[in-house]
Amino acid sequence: MTREEEAKLMYGMLFSLKSFVNKISPLDVKEETPSGLKFVLNTDNHSQGVRDLLHQIYKEIYVEYVVKNPMCVLNEPIQSELFKTKLDAYIKQSSVHSTKPI
Amino acid sequence: MSRPRFDTKKVNSELVTLTYGTLVAQMVKDFDNTDDVSKQLERIGYNMGIRLIEDFLSKTGTGRCLDLKDTADKIQSAFRLYLGVQPNVVNWSPAGDEFSFILDSNPLTELVELPDDLKQLKYCNIICGAIRGALEMVQLDVQSWIVQDQLKGDQNTEIRVKFIRRLEDAMPAGEE
Repeated sequence: MTREEEAKLMYGMLFSLKSFVNKISPLDVKEETPSGLKFVLNTDNHSQGVRDLLHQIYKEIYVEYVVKNPMCVLNEPIQSELFKTKLDAYIKQSSVHSTKPI
Repeated sequence: MSRPRFDTKKVNSELVTLTYGTLVAQMVKDFDNTDDVSKQLERIGYNMGIRLIEDFLSKTGTGRCLDLKDTADKIQSAFRLYLGVQPNVVNWSPAGDEFSFILDSNPLTELVELPDDLKQLKYCNIICGAIRGALEMVQLDVQSWIVQDQLKGDQNTEIRVKFIRRLEDAMPAGEE
C-alpha cells in the first residue's frame, strides 16, 4: 500500500468517525482543532499522553513553522524542510518515541 | 525607566504603528483609487486572520464557540493578545446576529492624521479583514466594517461584525 492510499484510508476512517461523533454529541467536538485541523499519529497501544503530544505539535511545530512561515501555502501538502526537521526532532525527544513495547 | 531585559518576542508598538503607516502610505501611492487601497487592506487582514486564528487557538486552547456572544468574547481577548487593547462589546442587534467593538484607543492610528483628500480611506480595514479571515477558519461567515473612526473625528473607533451563516465542512472533491 502506498503512502497516498494509506492516507486516503485514514482520511475516510476519520471522516466517518467524525460524522458519527457529531451525531452522538453535536456540541462537543474534541478530536480536532476548532479550525478543523486533524493531527494523526500512528502509535502502539503502550503510548501515553499522545493527546498532549499532538497539542504540543500543533502549538510548537505547526503554528511556529508552517502558519508563521509566509512561504508555506496553507491547505496544501507541507513542503517545508524546516518543518520536517523540527517535527522529527520533536517526536524523537518525546516520551512516546522512547517507549518500548513490553 | 529602563526595562531590566529586552523581550525579543515583543516589539515596540510604535514600530508596528510606523510600519503599518508606511505600508498604507506606499499603497496610497501605488493605487490611484482610495477604495482600492481599503479593499487591499481588508485582503491583507484576511490573509493574516486565517493564519492568526491557528496561533490564537493553539495558545489559548479554546474550544468551539457555543453562540455569537462567546465568539465576541473570544475576539475581544484576541484584541488584547495581539493589539494590547481591550475593546468593549456593545450595540447588539435585537436578533443577536450583529455587534460592535468599541476601541477608545487604537495602536494602529496612534501617530496618524488623514489628509483631506484621503478622508474616505478605511485606514484600519486590516482589522476587519483579520476578523473575517479568522472566523472563516472556524466555519463562521461574517461581514465586518468600520462604523466610527477616530481618524475621521469620531470619539471612538467602532468595528461592526455581522454574522452571515455557518459554513459546512466540505469533502474535498473526488473523495468518496
